[in-house]
Amino acid sequence: MIDIGYDAAHLLGALVLMTSFALLYQRRLFSLLNVFTVQALALSGAAAWQAYAHDEPHLYITALLTLTLKAIAIPVALHRIIQRLHIERTVEPALGIGLTMVAGVSLVTLSILLVLPVTENATALTREDLALSLSVVLLGLLMMISRRNAVSQVVGFMSIENGLILAAVGVAGMPLVVEMSIAFSVMVAFIIFGIFLFQIRERFETLDMRKIESFRGESD
Amino acid sequence: MTLLFVALLALFALAVVGVAARRSPWVGTAVYGGTAAACGLIGLWAVEALVGRGGVAAAVLPIGLPWIGVHLRADGVSAFFLLVVALGGVTASLFGWGYERAHARALAHHAADHTHGESGPVLPFFPLFLAGMSLVLLANDAFSFLVSWEFMSLTSWLLVLSTHREPDTPDAARLYLVMAVLGTACLLLAFGLLVGTGGDYRFDAIRQHPPEAGAAALTVLLVVLGAGSKAGLVPLHVWLPLAHPAAPSHVSALMSGVMTKVAVYALVRVLFDLLGEPMWWWGGALMAAGAVTAVMGVLYALMQDDVKRLLACSTIENIGVIVIALGLALVFKASHTPVIAALALSAALLHVVNHSLFKSLLFFVAGAILTATGTRDLNRLGGLIHRMPTTAVLALIGAAAISALPPLNGFVGEWLLFQAILNAPALPEWSLKIGIAVVGAAVALAAALAAACFVRLYGIAFLGRPRSAEAGRAGEVGRAMLAGMAIPAALCVALGVLPTLVIRLFEPAVRAMVQAGPFDDRSYQPWIWLAPTSAIGNSYNGLILLAMIAALSVALVLAIHRWASDRVRRSIAWGCGHDGADPAALSQYSASSFAQPIRRAFGGTVFNARDRVDMPEPGDTRPARLTVRWTDPAWAFLFTPVRRAVNWLADHVDALQFLTIRSYLTLMFAALVVVLALVAVVRS
Repeated sequence: MIDIGYDAAHLLGALVLMTSFALLYQRRLFSLLNVFTVQALALSGAAAWQAYAHDEPHLYITALLTLTLKAIAIPVALHRIIQRLHIERTVEPALGIGLTMVAGVSLVTLSILLVLPVTENATALTREDLALSLSVVLLGLLMMISRRNAVSQVVGFMSIENGLILAAVGVAGMPLVVEMSIAFSVMVAFIIFGIFLFQIRERFETLDMRKIESFRGESD
Repeated sequence: MTLLFVALLALFALAVVGVAARRSPWVGTAVYGGTAAACGLIGLWAVEALVGRGGVAAAVLPIGLPWIGVHLRADGVSAFFLLVVALGGVTASLFGWGYERAHARALAHHAADHTHGESGPVLPFFPLFLAGMSLVLLANDAFSFLVSWEFMSLTSWLLVLSTHREPDTPDAARLYLVMAVLGTACLLLAFGLLVGTGGDYRFDAIRQHPPEAGAAALTVLLVVLGAGSKAGLVPLHVWLPLAHPAAPSHVSALMSGVMTKVAVYALVRVLFDLLGEPMWWWGGALMAAGAVTAVMGVLYALMQDDVKRLLACSTIENIGVIVIALGLALVFKASHTPVIAALALSAALLHVVNHSLFKSLLFFVAGAILTATGTRDLNRLGGLIHRMPTTAVLALIGAAAISALPPLNGFVGEWLLFQAILNAPALPEWSLKIGIAVVGAAVALAAALAAACFVRLYGIAFLGRPRSAEAGRAGEVGRAMLAGMAIPAALCVALGVLPTLVIRLFEPAVRAMVQAGPFDDRSYQPWIWLAPTSAIGNSYNGLILLAMIAALSVALVLAIHRWASDRVRRSIAWGCGHDGADPAALSQYSASSFAQPIRRAFGGTVFNARDRVDMPEPGDTRPARLTVRWTDPAWAFLFTPVRRAVNWLADHVDALQFLTIRSYLTLMFAALVVVLALVAVVRS
């Protein structure tokens, strides 16, 4: 029983990480959102599985929150934003896809090398989980800096949050308050980004950061 | 301590008076009179504390940081340095009163002349500066110490800025501010190390838990940097020759004569008291720094043509001597020979009071010369002995004292220092035995060069013939200024003749720091003989020396008059023997030509000094011109490269302000990855 629990948790965590990689090479906004939805679903599944395997019912709430907010509400809202604003559906990455993937793989290596020696006393599941979630966080950051489109930066930001929740779920005994606060912070960030997108669109008629940067007061 | 608090409060109140009543004609008299009275009270309290009860008194004031308050404590060392501050305060107030009145008159005289612009305020900051220095000496916790230290720096900075119309002042003030901030930052870190993780900033707590070896070594380094930049240790001295002369003369006297001593107090307090048992190399490092400072300081002084700048450079030399004595005391304390340590510390403290006296006196003389002639350039002075006879006599006392001529006080201080140096063979470390001999040679060189330096100052300024019309028109200064000069001059003679009295006075301070007195292994001590112990049988008696010198001088003068002056003298017709009126008086020795041999001997290597003679072609009627170029090694090798590096860094870091959001994110991401990689490498 324990073995199956470990394997399933490992599988779900790995799925979150895989979708992070998938996020890195999406060239279209809608497929980006779809992959993000898959990631949120995997995260939700991981939380639910932890709740079931470790008999911690409050993790069901986390799973539910993730499911409703990240897998349903946010992708739907972003879909509508993209449609209403008539945003160009293809995104041009700032960094080449191949290079990004290489960087992503090395980040995963780094987090494994970092986490495994540091957490020698913890259980195997915790160690793997921490390594996975740190990789997800780093990949989210990498996504934020390797894209020029505002929507994909929002998605990168939220995938960082996913990584944090994955860590919170994996470590036993994490109180619910933290997860609530993380969920709310994502919500707030989403609202802020939404408003920003509308405002930016109204003023500059583009969401391409390269064009927006030239409007800053200090440059040239 | 009530008396002390009354005096300090009076100083703060006088600052308020100086601001509130700045337009009324009596404000100068009130502030300077009040400051002199308050300093007199402080001095009386200090003497009473030293004589009466070894000087320990403590108080906690419920002001400042909540739950911490301000801890004040006066022990022997504080009381002794308070006495130095008070003496400087009294004489500077007296002199400053006359000086400012004379300058106000000159200003009214030249009302139409725009170059004599209105100067900034001095009155409010003068008592505050004295109060700040006193508070540093009284502080008994790190917070109040640093706050008072910074208060002292800022008030003196404002006093320097009072002459902001003069072209050199803004740069000097800026440099001073930078160096003061640097010094305070070092002291801040040093106290942080001293306190450690305990978090108790009272000195009593620090004393009970001295830091361990590594932290202590770092603390020593930081304190020497922090207090040394205020005192003028080479190579942190660069601001002294600029900032000290820029202030009005009585403030220059306080900055050079007294504020540097407050920095010495910080060294004594931390190295001898707070850090517990010393290591021998602390003293070795201090001595090395002091030896370099002493020799370099006097060489700088020999290069200067500006009277006040020369005096500021000579302060550097004297600080070097004091620091050498402190280093010796530390070495002997570390090697458990407290009696010799007491001898060296007595030499240091005696030189502290000596230097405060004769340096104040000489800065007052410079102020008097400035008042009488309007110039500080040695090459425009000359012949003042005929026009300012009283000032000339007082200046001669000051110059002789600072050149360490017996029977004046400068000699006694250096004599004590050499007695301590001669004890070096008692030390176990061979490096010290040899090193101290080298340091002794450096002190001897510095003393000889200092004598040359002050022969030059006195000879060029007071002897010979006037080198400019202003010097020829000079007249004696007012009574207040003369009195301000006469007090330190009289004390210079008194301390030289009867040094035992003052050494007895600060014995409690020495005992508190090295747990022994200078006269410990001798049962009987006549008050007239200075015969410290360990002085290997040597002794000094100022009275006998005075009598001998007086008798020999009288005999010499009589002999010269009898056999030399009576002879008939013949002078050649064209008058180049200066027997008649010399029309230009330019054929005399000038300040630069007097210094030329020494500049040739030392300046070529140390300062890269070069003389260049611009000789006109035959038939050309323009005059030949000799120009001297020299570079300051401290600027050339330390400060200019540092300044360039800072500017370069600032220029390049500036670009960071104008990046895009994505670049900022990338930078943060890179920093995070680097930190994580570091952790990974370190942990595996």
